[in-house]
Amino acid sequence: MRVLGLETSCDETAAAIVDGERRIIVDLVLSQLDEHRPYGGVVPEIAARSHLDHLDRLTAAALRQGGMTLGEVDAIAATAGPGLIGGLLVGVTFGKALALASGKRFLAINHLEGHALSPRLSDGIAFPYLLLLVSGGHCQTLLVAGIGRYRRLGTTVDDAAGEAFDKGAKLLGLGYPGGPAIEAAAARAEAAGADPTQFALPRPMLGRPGCDFSFSGLKTALRERVIALGGIGRLGEADRDALALALQEAIAASLADRTARALARAQGEGAAPTALVVAGGVAANRRIRASLAEVARSAGLPMVAPPASLCTDNAAMIAWAGIERLRAGAGDESLVAARPRWPLDPDAPKAVGAGVKA
Amino acid sequence: MRNPRGARRRRARGLPPGAGNGYNPAMIRSATRAGNDRLPLADEAATVRLAAALAPLLERGDVIALSGDLGAGKTSFARSLIGALTGAGEEVPSPTFTLVQSYETPKGTLWHFDLYRLAAPEEAYELGIEDAFEDGIVVIEWPERLGRLLPAERLTIALEFAADPGARLATLVPAGGWTERLRGLQFDG
Repeated sequence: MRVLGLETSCDETAAAIVDGERRIIVDLVLSQLDEHRPYGGVVPEIAARSHLDHLDRLTAAALRQGGMTLGEVDAIAATAGPGLIGGLLVGVTFGKALALASGKRFLAINHLEGHALSPRLSDGIAFPYLLLLVSGGHCQTLLVAGIGRYRRLGTTVDDAAGEAFDKGAKLLGLGYPGGPAIEAAAARAEAAGADPTQFALPRPMLGRPGCDFSFSGLKTALRERVIALGGIGRLGEADRDALALALQEAIAASLADRTARALARAQGEGAAPTALVVAGGVAANRRIRASLAEVARSAGLPMVAPPASLCTDNAAMIAWAGIERLRAGAGDESLVAARPRWPLDPDAPKAVGAGVKA
Repeated sequence: MRNPRGARRRRARGLPPGAGNGYNPAMIRSATRAGNDRLPLADEAATVRLAAALAPLLERGDVIALSGDLGAGKTSFARSLIGALTGAGEEVPSPTFTLVQSYETPKGTLWHFDLYRLAAPEEAYELGIEDAFEDGIVVIEWPERLGRLLPAERLTIALEFAADPGARLATLVPAGGWTERLRGLQFDG
């Protein structure tokens, strides 16, 4: 079984072909190809029109590089939400048209389901497992019990963890993207012998009941420290790096605490997770990985982290979610419309932020 | 355009200018006349109260521009406003990454834009911002990123840090019909 996956929900245009043996036959992301400029021109960061301009050629390139025709794939899967409506419409409409013209089934995939199932593509792990999805746009824990059986245990009530890194880097005068810049600055501070507890940044939500995350207060607290030390753009390098270390420690501690709680809740409710899966761009941070590995070890579970190519926006996970859904009996979904908002667990209790203090 | 829709509606309801119920004339006048007086918000609860006071004034076609530095409380204010309009219980994630989130309210669709990541004003067209301006209630963080595409008819709420870490200062800058409509604001701190 082979599925062509299409991803256009945000900044990236991506096309991939994956088979039922967990082989990623081809996995193309336009921005990564752009340095080779196969199609010429600059890719704007935000542009439905860019998806429109490039998706057909990217799909043709995927089929060509995969050495097959459209007739040799079994279905076409496209991200139908959540995301920016302009981009989603391009991917969904293109996918439906391809499916109709080639007589294949069309599958409307939830982008978050793509992330949720990606460790089964990369590592072949068994249900159920606990997924921590941490990126610039998402910060949530999900108990993945089976195809279509996702229970959200915690989510951010304000900012995502990746956003805390990006905005923290901005306040510290470090570059973009913030994650790698903070990690590098923190490493410099550690090498210089800085004390991670020197700047007492709050540990958001630490020890609070529930599994939700909150990072907005941390951003505000960091700003106060920056002002006290001279102001934005006027920090000495040692202070700046020490603050980066403190920020990274605070985010790591908070993620670890909330994830441990989610794991304990899942286990307490009778689920027997086979692994703690950590996915999303933030999972690339070594300090965070180490603290989450400790959480997994304490719970007697392995920690699984899908490779970076599956953690950022990509179409391989969309194709794989299509394969999983087909195996679970999904039919054609050509009548499903794109949805800018599409919670994976619509029954999750609402996490409402007002009044939540870090 | 000196005769915006809010003023027209107000006249249609037979209300004289400034006939808000129970407003605090001194404070509101001082907050709106010059457009540069600041409302102190002692804590997050005060932010929630200001948003709740503003919510009943909102109508389709309105644009609320939220300006302020990182951490000044723009998203927090937007969250309170959306909560007040949807009757709370609604999750309002930061739209920094997704750029826009929409919410169904009894008054129509509310669009919550965060233009922090915008590199050029024209990119906002890709987000459907024209349609949102057409018939939605639009709340915009980082409105300066829109440049000249930002509608002139708008209420700007500038949030600043105050001396106390938990406190903020809000400056309400009305444009067009908002000068008059703000008289209906019932907020005394």
